[in-house]
Amino acid sequence: MNPTVDALRATFGNAIGRGLESCGDTIVYVAREALLDAMTWLRDTPEQGYDYLVDVTAVEYRDRERLLEVVYQLRSLARRADLRIKVELDPHGDLTVDSVVPLWRGADWLERETYDMFGVTFRGHPDLRRILMWETYAEGYPLRKDFPLRGRFSRAEQVRQALGANPEAHYSMEELSIAEAYDELPADMKERLRHGERGKLPDTE
Amino acid sequence: MSKRTVELDLATPGLDARGQPVRVPLGVGDAPDATPPEPDLTGEHMLINLGPQHPATHGVLRLVVELDGETVVRVIPHLGYLHSGFEKLGEYRHYNQIIPLTDRTDYLSPMANNVGFALAAEKLMGIEITPRCTVLRVMACEMSRIISHMVWLGTTSIDLGAFTPFLWAFQERERIYNLQEMWTGARLTTSVTRVGGMMADIPDDFVAGLREFTQTFPRTLSEIDRVLTRNGVWVGRTQGVGALTAAEAINHSLSGPMLRASGVPYDVRRDQPYLDYETYDFDVVVGEHGDVYDRYLVRLEECSQSNRILQQALVRLPDGPVNVADPRVILPPKSRAMNDMEAMIYHFKQVMEGVKAPVGEAYVGIENPKGELGNYLVSDGSAKPVRWRIRPPSFINLSALSKMAEGHLLSDLIAINASVDIVMGEVDR
Repeated sequence: MNPTVDALRATFGNAIGRGLESCGDTIVYVAREALLDAMTWLRDTPEQGYDYLVDVTAVEYRDRERLLEVVYQLRSLARRADLRIKVELDPHGDLTVDSVVPLWRGADWLERETYDMFGVTFRGHPDLRRILMWETYAEGYPLRKDFPLRGRFSRAEQVRQALGANPEAHYSMEELSIAEAYDELPADMKERLRHGERGKLPDTE
Repeated sequence: MSKRTVELDLATPGLDARGQPVRVPLGVGDAPDATPPEPDLTGEHMLINLGPQHPATHGVLRLVVELDGETVVRVIPHLGYLHSGFEKLGEYRHYNQIIPLTDRTDYLSPMANNVGFALAAEKLMGIEITPRCTVLRVMACEMSRIISHMVWLGTTSIDLGAFTPFLWAFQERERIYNLQEMWTGARLTTSVTRVGGMMADIPDDFVAGLREFTQTFPRTLSEIDRVLTRNGVWVGRTQGVGALTAAEAINHSLSGPMLRASGVPYDVRRDQPYLDYETYDFDVVVGEHGDVYDRYLVRLEECSQSNRILQQALVRLPDGPVNVADPRVILPPKSRAMNDMEAMIYHFKQVMEGVKAPVGEAYVGIENPKGELGNYLVSDGSAKPVRWRIRPPSFINLSALSKMAEGHLLSDLIAINASVDIVMGEVDR
């Protein structure tokens, strides 16, 4: 077994769950509360030196009993070693985990994609909004196992929504608040901005 | 003295808002009024929308740019116009049926994507591929690298105002495409690999064709080098633009030429070798400044390194079978499937049930032209993966765009965006 697993367990104790190997890759389960500390330790401890975040994603199993896993691929560029960290979450409960963007800027879009596709909320992410689907997408989270392959809505409903989309919705609220177009916004959008729905109000308000 | 005026009624530009001809003072009368003061524009930011249909965004990428004068204050990229849900589709497909989907992710290097997926599936199933197949896959990867870099070079030089290298680069790409067509029957949607082997062995003329290419390709490279590398316009538009330090590149999880241009000598082929890359003689090309110019130099030099690898692969290409001798993963030949009971059963089971993978998961990263392409497969023991994750190199490289472009001019944003080498099929998947 990879010595990193034992070192992790010695440092974080019970927060480190089982460690296993699959096809030669080392996998360590970490409790959600300890994730940020463990990642910081893995990055900043010289003997570990996992300074490169390869990927962030999530896995939901077909088996309804199994928990949803958020998966982090780490790499130590100097030691040429890989490590896979997993955090288990209840797919029907609270899908929240700490964001690792403070450690790696590269996690920004990866976490956004995981949020977009699985509905996992990353606490502390600077700009957590949908990335591949559009902002007003209402059918849920496409890569969840209870999401049908062709989407939740009927084709007719999908077409109806696409045709009825508000052209202003092509800009995010944040961008609209930058533009002079703010003064010409419809009243309901101004109202949404006023509620602080993304972005700041212009100083004139 | 009264003001003298002259009537302008020659063309519509002389009409005022009510359609009346504009009367222009001739300037001999009273002193003109003091010109109105220039409006104070500091702090007035403008929002520019670039794309999704714009030739310089290299696909359906949309950038909303906040400008202060001509300086970029902020870039907000919008993705997803080409989102096809490949990862979701993969959960409903057998492993071999996923391979055509990989063609369509990074469609500028389809053969390398096929190889990446097949390697991940083979790692998951514990399959050892044959020596001939290994060398053929190396050829597939390096041919892909050359065509992808040629497209990058051509389109980027057009973005920055050089048209001729585009023609040269696309001519070379065309020659590789002819070889791809000879091998797979397709120019773009190659689907060249299968789990445990290849779709087909190379045809008879292939080796001669590829050898001829490797002999003549360096000449084009040196011509491109002569036209661009010391060209004043090219150097002026690329040096010092969009620079990232090594620490920033690592922190942004960049990979491939983007990472190496910043001075990080990391190449998956050398550092976590697959397909026996450690036995080939090639250099890992590393830049120094991490700007657009260094990315250009790295990609140009990588082309000649790929050419070296291709030459070595041609020399060592062994004879022997292409596919593993395992009837559970490789379809029997059609003649046997029609005449032999056992072969027919294997054929039926593979087509109807698919190849089953054991419970487990595997991640394989390969050095694609754009960066590290990862394929992460999770299996629950059935013939379809529970999760197929693509680690998309150009998606992650693109996420550093705002960091690189902020503070530069709008025209530099075009150069920086081009230097990332994105392909939207892969960014959006």
